[in-house]
Amino acid sequence: MNKKDLGLLILILVVGAVVAIINPRFLLPINLANTSNLIGLFGILSIGQAFVIITGGIELSVGSVVALLGTLFIDFIAVREVGWPLAFVLIIVLGAVIGFVHGWLITRLKLQPFVVTLCGLLIYRGVARFYTADGTAGFAFGQNFPTLEFLTAGRSYGVPNSFIALIVIAIVMWVVLHRSVFGRYLYAIGKNEEAAKYSGIRTGRIVIAAYVICGVLTALSAIYFAMYTRSISPASHGQFYELYAIAAAVLGGFSLRGGEGSLVGVILGTVLLQELQNLVNLLGIPSSLNFAVMGGVILIGVLVDQQWGVFRARRRMMEATRRNVAGAPAE
Amino acid sequence: MAHRLLPSAVNHGVMTSTDTTQPTTAPFLGLEAVRKTYPGVVALDRFSMEVRPGEVIGLVGENGAGKSTLMKILGGVTRPDSGTITVDGVAHDGLTVEQSIGSGVAFVHQELNLFENLDVAANIFFGREPLRAGPLKLVDRARLREMVAPLLKRVGANFSADAPVASLSLAQQQMVEIAKALSIKARLVILDEPTSSLPLAETEKLLDVIKGLKAQGISVIFISHRLHEIERVADRVVVLRDGTLAGTLAKDQINHDEMVRLMIGRMLKAREKAGEATRAPGSVALSADAIRTSTYPDRPVSLEVRRGEILGLAGLVGSGRTELARVLFGIDERLGGNVALDGKPLNVGSAADAVANGIFLVPEDRKLTGILLDLSIAQNISLPNLPAHARRSLVSTGAELATAEKQKKNLGIKAPSVLTRTGTLSGGNQQKVVLAKWLAMNPKVMILDEPTRGIDIGAKAEIYGLMRALADAGVAVLMISSDMEEVIGVSDRIAVMHEGQISGILDKDDFSQENVLLLAVGKKPKLLQAAGGVQ
Repeated sequence: MNKKDLGLLILILVVGAVVAIINPRFLLPINLANTSNLIGLFGILSIGQAFVIITGGIELSVGSVVALLGTLFIDFIAVREVGWPLAFVLIIVLGAVIGFVHGWLITRLKLQPFVVTLCGLLIYRGVARFYTADGTAGFAFGQNFPTLEFLTAGRSYGVPNSFIALIVIAIVMWVVLHRSVFGRYLYAIGKNEEAAKYSGIRTGRIVIAAYVICGVLTALSAIYFAMYTRSISPASHGQFYELYAIAAAVLGGFSLRGGEGSLVGVILGTVLLQELQNLVNLLGIPSSLNFAVMGGVILIGVLVDQQWGVFRARRRMMEATRRNVAGAPAE
Repeated sequence: MAHRLLPSAVNHGVMTSTDTTQPTTAPFLGLEAVRKTYPGVVALDRFSMEVRPGEVIGLVGENGAGKSTLMKILGGVTRPDSGTITVDGVAHDGLTVEQSIGSGVAFVHQELNLFENLDVAANIFFGREPLRAGPLKLVDRARLREMVAPLLKRVGANFSADAPVASLSLAQQQMVEIAKALSIKARLVILDEPTSSLPLAETEKLLDVIKGLKAQGISVIFISHRLHEIERVADRVVVLRDGTLAGTLAKDQINHDEMVRLMIGRMLKAREKAGEATRAPGSVALSADAIRTSTYPDRPVSLEVRRGEILGLAGLVGSGRTELARVLFGIDERLGGNVALDGKPLNVGSAADAVANGIFLVPEDRKLTGILLDLSIAQNISLPNLPAHARRSLVSTGAELATAEKQKKNLGIKAPSVLTRTGTLSGGNQQKVVLAKWLAMNPKVMILDEPTRGIDIGAKAEIYGLMRALADAGVAVLMISSDMEEVIGVSDRIAVMHEGQISGILDKDDFSQENVLLLAVGKKPKLLQAAGGVQ
């Protein structure tokens, strides 16, 4: 854990302490369980986004993909009566395909990530609404999938299984990002794609892989979101989720230029965002101010981080000068 | 030492002309006992010099000798810790940027400061555009063109004021920079390694421009690692070493060996040559047959590089050398022709293919494509061969560091540790890191594009030595270079390109500056025997 992550963790704890003092209900098991469930759902989404951002790209279609794949998943198991394990696999594959197409358009046809995924955002939302004829996808009365429900919306020892899923995924993805050859390539490409290419790295394939990972994780979280809400109106389900994911990554120290950020950072970013959501609810702040609070905190966080960096650089310089002057030989 | 005592630089506010050697022109700018320290280093110490009108001063010194600091002080970007700067007899503790510009100091930096998306005229008068009357204050294009025309003429430009800068060659862009300097009525133009990226013919042109400036009474400080250019234009040479004045050479004392001796404090043998080949070249390693690049799609290029030889590839900038290298390395698409490695046809579709086959490129632009400035030395070295430094696709830091330590020692990379960010290294050491990553992988063919551009003499000699060692180990070395001294001094054979085609190949007996130049402009060379190598 680097200093940036540590700072973020301290911020999370301080905000938590303040909220807990003002409203002790913050620490009730039911509140913590609900919040950690949301952290799990958004965390999986944000890790996917982080893999794309590290390459210097961006994935704006995440929210629409959550809506489309969530709708399809519920439709598959509730209406078309596909077995849920098969439906699960289908959705994950679909997510991978979407990611692959995005990556392919970006690397092979040299389209800008922003443009490709913005179009995705519009297309998938439209397809989802068309698919249900703007209706709501949901389960019929009495339809039950006990195993699936346990795995997605259930709890083990009071801990939401979605949160446990996040922890498992985070550990795996931490190894991938920070220890594997692939992870090193991702950072290299994010820092300087040209130089990476000149070092013999097949940058196109690596970038496509990043979008596929994002697609798969988004598909997974789409299933979790679907089982959490249990009914989906495709017009609004998952709206702005891409921004939650991007915000979590930025809070976690990712640079949108690529090449910077840590997995721990993006998880902590997600935690802070959900804590803020919770804070708005618990402190009786009008929920219409929800986004304003989040935006304000992110802005302050980024500002403090940057100013801190400037301050540290200056202090280092001054110290070195002092040392130099003291150590300079007398003439 | 003597000129430090000149009163002109010491007396505050007193105009003097007590200089005995050149009584007609008093210095208008003087530095006296200037000292500047940065955290951990004394960048400049007890440094004094003066600039007289119409004087061309050659400023030489290895990288890190203090040239950049001196430039920053003259440009008003940095204040010295102590010492005086005298401008027109007025003493200052340090200049501000405004004072520097006001005194007529103009810079042409090694890395050009141009807006590539704007045209020549807009660049020259950026922020100072003539405006039309009226509330909208629109740019007066006609007037602008009128103002630019004489400036372009003065630098001998062969392009129009409307040309987008992006469409100009590096040499032409440099002329734009000089025109820009002239436009602010500069009295002193400081050229920071202007020729390091210029080809031969363009270099000549630039030297002419310098002479032209001199004739107009404008002083020039000419910083270059190419000493023969300094020899040709400088009236005086100031040599910096380790932040102090190593010596000043008057016009009649200027010669190559003396400059080198002052710069490095010792004599370099054999004019920084790489040394002779110790073995006869072997079989053909890389053969390019009728390769066509996207820059010259109708000009096929054929070339053979043998094991154990250094083939120099000379030519003017824009003659298609870099493009050929990029195609051979798989970066650019090959529009036609065949490549063979050790006699077997090879399809290089990407840099990854080239690397997998032992064909490596040390690219022209070190900072953009050669290394990743944000990564450590070790991470840069292992990058092309990462799977070999990994177990079950997880990076083994131990293996990575071991490789890096070995290369650091072999190449003499000067850095606190292999974990140092490459961005903090000097140019020469950065280039060694680029070389190190390939040397760690057993190259078969090594292509080097301007391998010593912007690198100091000490590191240059080391890089020449490395190239020779590679060749002696049986590697085929293809070296693209615009530095005449380098091409002739290092190569075993020289291929010269002219407008996308090989205009001739010279064997060692026919090496001469004249022959290379003749071929570079598409003329016939003067050969000792009627060789078959030239078409």
